[in-house]
Amino acid sequence: MSKLSVPVGSEDHRQGDLDAAFTLVEYGDYECPSCGQAYPIVKRLQKHFGKRLLFVFRNFPLGQMHPHAESAAETAEFAGSHDKFWEMHDLLYENQDRLGDRLLEELTQKIHLDPAQLRDALEKGEFQPRVRADFAGGVRSGVNGTPTFFIDGIRHDGPYDFDTLVDAIEQASTSE
Amino acid sequence: MAQILTAGTPAPEFSLNVTPDQKLSLSEMRGRPVILAFYPADWSPVCGDQMALYNEILPEFQKHGAELLGISVDGVWCHGAFAKDRHLHFPLMADFEPKGAVARAYAAYREEEGTSERALFVIDKNGVIVWSYCSPVAVNPGADGILRALEELAK
Repeated sequence: MSKLSVPVGSEDHRQGDLDAAFTLVEYGDYECPSCGQAYPIVKRLQKHFGKRLLFVFRNFPLGQMHPHAESAAETAEFAGSHDKFWEMHDLLYENQDRLGDRLLEELTQKIHLDPAQLRDALEKGEFQPRVRADFAGGVRSGVNGTPTFFIDGIRHDGPYDFDTLVDAIEQASTSE
Repeated sequence: MAQILTAGTPAPEFSLNVTPDQKLSLSEMRGRPVILAFYPADWSPVCGDQMALYNEILPEFQKHGAELLGISVDGVWCHGAFAKDRHLHFPLMADFEPKGAVARAYAAYREEEGTSERALFVIDKNGVIVWSYCSPVAVNPGADGILRALEELAK
């Protein structure tokens, strides 16, 4: 059984309270179609569990397979440095079919940030260490593809449709 | 699941084709750790694919000076096309003729399916298995166990 080796903390991109009843951590890649499919499912889970669920997203770009995954992850972190991580995260998944340099700049503009600043950050690899740290932590936790979910710190092996995840989250709470 | 070879066992020697005209032997790797990753078949679904994941993690393995070898019963041409499609930067060995002989030597062959298990071995610089793990075929084992074993070796 693989366990989350890096505990959820203040450094994480979070939606919900740190003391929520359940914690769902996703290791994801913005170019991965399966993550794209999981995106609306996570939204539904958040609606379903409300304040009882804390959701955390960590970067796991499979750069060898997905040429835009790394720059997309760094773009989301760039937005995060301006407190707009989730806006960018959502826009990236909602426009996944158009992912590319132009889209990254377009979305940056859309959330009222400066595309020139983004270009500069990407060129300098300003957010690369953060993305690499997420990736390395994921590897140590047994992330085995994208998306990989951890429910209350335990890797979820199996399908990630809405019903399965609801059951898995509820079961995690009863086993504690 | 098979009871695969365990830690402390000398790793059975093998010599397999990695390309149509090139063979690779385990003994050539002496002096550095080897990660031997048996997997059932090329061309499993993309995002959850174990070999594609290891390809991404390769730099972490290389930090430990370790050599990664993928191995399945697929033939060299199949491996070649697969490696090219997935941009793999490590060798895939063809356990093809006699089919599955190396998997059998590591007790990681599935008779019924005619493929190997999803089994991982970390072999030390002297050719001794120091860690092994057999995953359910449908579950990609990830790399946390491999990295922990490599870290132990470095101690």
